[in-house]
Amino acid sequence: MSKRRSDWESRPQARVRRWFYKGFLALDDEIAEKISSPPPPRFDYEEALEAQQAAIDSRQHERSIAIERLDQHNLLVWMRTRGRKAISRLYVALALVLGLMMMVFLLETVALMPRFGDPATPGANEVSARYIEKGLDETGAVNIVAGMILDYRAFDTLGESTVLFIAASAVLILLRIDHDKEGNPAQELIAAESDDRHYEPRDDRILQGSAMVLTPIILLYGIYIILNGHLSPGGGFSGGAIVSAGLILYLVAFGFEKAGRFFTTKTFTWVSFFSLSFYALAKAYAFYMGANGLPSGIPLGTPGAILSSGLIMPLNIAVGMVVACTMYVFYALFRKGGL
Amino acid sequence: MSLVHNFPFISILLCMSAGIFTSVFKPRVARMVTFLVTGTVLVLSAMALSLTMSLDDSYPYIMGHFPAPWGNEIRIGRLEALMATGFSAVLLVSLIPGFERMPCFVSEKKSNLYCIMVDLALAAVLVLIYTNDLFTVYVFIEIMTIASCALVAVRQNGHTLVAITRYMIMHLFGSGLLLLGISMLYGITGHLLMVPLSEAVRQIVDSGQYLGPLTVVIALITAALAIKSAMFPFHVWAPDTYAFAPPLSSAILSGIISKAYIFVMVKFFYRVIGMDIIISQQISPFLFVCGVAGMIIGSVIAISQRDIRRMIAYSSVAQIGYIYMGLGMGSAAGTEAAMFQMLAHAAVKSLLFLATYELINVSGDRKRFRYLHGAGYRNIPAGIVFTVAAMSMVGIPFTGGFIVKLNLAIAGMAFGGWMRALVLVALAVSTLLNGIYFLHTVVSIYRKPAQDMVYPPSEKMSPSAAGALFVSMLYILYLGIGSEPIMRLIETGLKTFS
Repeated sequence: MSKRRSDWESRPQARVRRWFYKGFLALDDEIAEKISSPPPPRFDYEEALEAQQAAIDSRQHERSIAIERLDQHNLLVWMRTRGRKAISRLYVALALVLGLMMMVFLLETVALMPRFGDPATPGANEVSARYIEKGLDETGAVNIVAGMILDYRAFDTLGESTVLFIAASAVLILLRIDHDKEGNPAQELIAAESDDRHYEPRDDRILQGSAMVLTPIILLYGIYIILNGHLSPGGGFSGGAIVSAGLILYLVAFGFEKAGRFFTTKTFTWVSFFSLSFYALAKAYAFYMGANGLPSGIPLGTPGAILSSGLIMPLNIAVGMVVACTMYVFYALFRKGGL
Repeated sequence: MSLVHNFPFISILLCMSAGIFTSVFKPRVARMVTFLVTGTVLVLSAMALSLTMSLDDSYPYIMGHFPAPWGNEIRIGRLEALMATGFSAVLLVSLIPGFERMPCFVSEKKSNLYCIMVDLALAAVLVLIYTNDLFTVYVFIEIMTIASCALVAVRQNGHTLVAITRYMIMHLFGSGLLLLGISMLYGITGHLLMVPLSEAVRQIVDSGQYLGPLTVVIALITAALAIKSAMFPFHVWAPDTYAFAPPLSSAILSGIISKAYIFVMVKFFYRVIGMDIIISQQISPFLFVCGVAGMIIGSVIAISQRDIRRMIAYSSVAQIGYIYMGLGMGSAAGTEAAMFQMLAHAAVKSLLFLATYELINVSGDRKRFRYLHGAGYRNIPAGIVFTVAAMSMVGIPFTGGFIVKLNLAIAGMAFGGWMRALVLVALAVSTLLNGIYFLHTVVSIYRKPAQDMVYPPSEKMSPSAAGALFVSMLYILYLGIGSEPIMRLIETGLKTFS
């Protein structure tokens, strides 16, 4: 008996439950049962009757246990089949109700917000006034947006470029397939490469022909947008995306072997390392000088010239390189887990 | 402005550039750099703390040439410096045992990517502690979210991938709510820096215009940060993530990163909106109720766990409940107790995750309780450290957990009626429940193992890792014995915080 109810009945929960239902007497009984010596083996009519009764009891007990188990089993089956469906339907219904409620609330809030373009909106205060009126003098950038993100609020932009870098590194952790210790390609790598050869276009004349024409144009246009970021709409983020589009087009048309001649994992690491560390160090210098009230000594140049507006152009180049590399690496990793 | 004034800024930049630099280093060097940078950050933060203790008020630090409403800014006060010191200390001592066990979870070639994540997570935590700009908060929360995803996903098995998917869905939902809240707040105030924002919020409350959107903004941002810090009804992502991540990642995630979100929430309440408005908008009673519910229900679920790491993860939900209960009281004393709990829990929880891994490791990598019998004898330092940490979780005197419960009870006594009763009853019940599962665990690691159990030989813990665990244990004891100066620091820091 004591062995049968060994495991779960000796757990603290079961003890607490027993204590709760029977009080301290139960524990006393247990102790008494343990210390009392077994009765001498002596045939007794009453004892035999009792034993018979006990056998009947235990059979009934087993029966009730069996019924209980069956009930449990049925419940489990219900939970796995129809119950799960019912609960998932309930979830869907609740999610729909919640989503609709959020939608109504937020639309209601938007209706209460200041109207877009209203001259009396709270957004039209001294902050934006200074950005617009003094932005050109203080940052030297004709493009106010570039001046804002790379000079007034440069710390946020440093964070944003770090977001791209860390996202690329996280995807590298998740998707990069490494060679094993002897330097041989892992089984997954071989599988990924055969998949890639199977599903992606290879030596497609039309694609290659158009890529020959388009890639240089796209790259040039991206570089133009990056370099002209402080003079006209554009900048590192948009220009970098365009450059990476050109690189991806080249990769799609000519395959990993040719693209690997100028862009490997090492290229990615070093390019993003140099651009981000340049950004961090340059801005650290500017922040330090600014916070301590010292002149930074970086000439702003004549507004409108290509070499003007202090650090903004080099920073745009750094951001553009990070963006371009990151997008290209995303594409390559999602396609076959490596460069 | 002396050089020491620059130290918080330097520590932020140091972490960010360490993250960038470790991408090109060899894995060994990367680990060294991460360790050294964390140590440097600890020293710099401690020096900044001693500087702020000699100043009367917190001071702003302009990031660039443009002052407050135009450019970015960080602000350094006692509370911020204290938190930075505490969190970097916890990270430093977690790194030693964590890096030692890293080969079990991370392939050698990916371990410098892992170091990038650790560095940038620390950078994001520092920025969230110091920043005075609401948009910077969003940007660095983004970094922190990605970093913590990668910290978990680095161990690629089915469990972690499921856990990380859930984690990502919940956290991106939270980020979305946060961004929505911040942009709405910008729409109705026209500011992003916290000091002008609070003036604009005052004007909105006084004039009554845009009061509706303001309420929605407060609700959105509170909900976002509550989801991200695993407050009770939004905790579903936490247990699996903490239980299946590598031990160092669990320590960083539950110890430091979830506290940074709560610190941002405190900053949002005190510095941006003002605590009186939070109370009058019925936000703090909501947090209070969720905190109490989390304390009880988290512990009850923890009792029913069979896997020791899931049990600790659920107890983390309960402990976050303490913080929200203190914060939800709405009084200064309650917030101070919550702050102290943030410091104490950061140390205890990271220690628990690391020590538990050592105990599991000597039991043949099996996490069920019945395999852990006798683990305290097979790895004696980990057993001792686990016992002390468990005592702190229960709240036995001379440990940090006791001071937390004491302060929460004192803060609750200041109220009358049902609030006082609820605080005291919740503390009593949750202490009892904590006692049930933690002391049960302690007993089971010191029980005699079953005779037919075979334990494969395992790697010994190195003396440095054991030493780091002991330092952390001494820190917990220090929080329990010498809490007076820290509490005074928090008290004076909170006065200059807003």
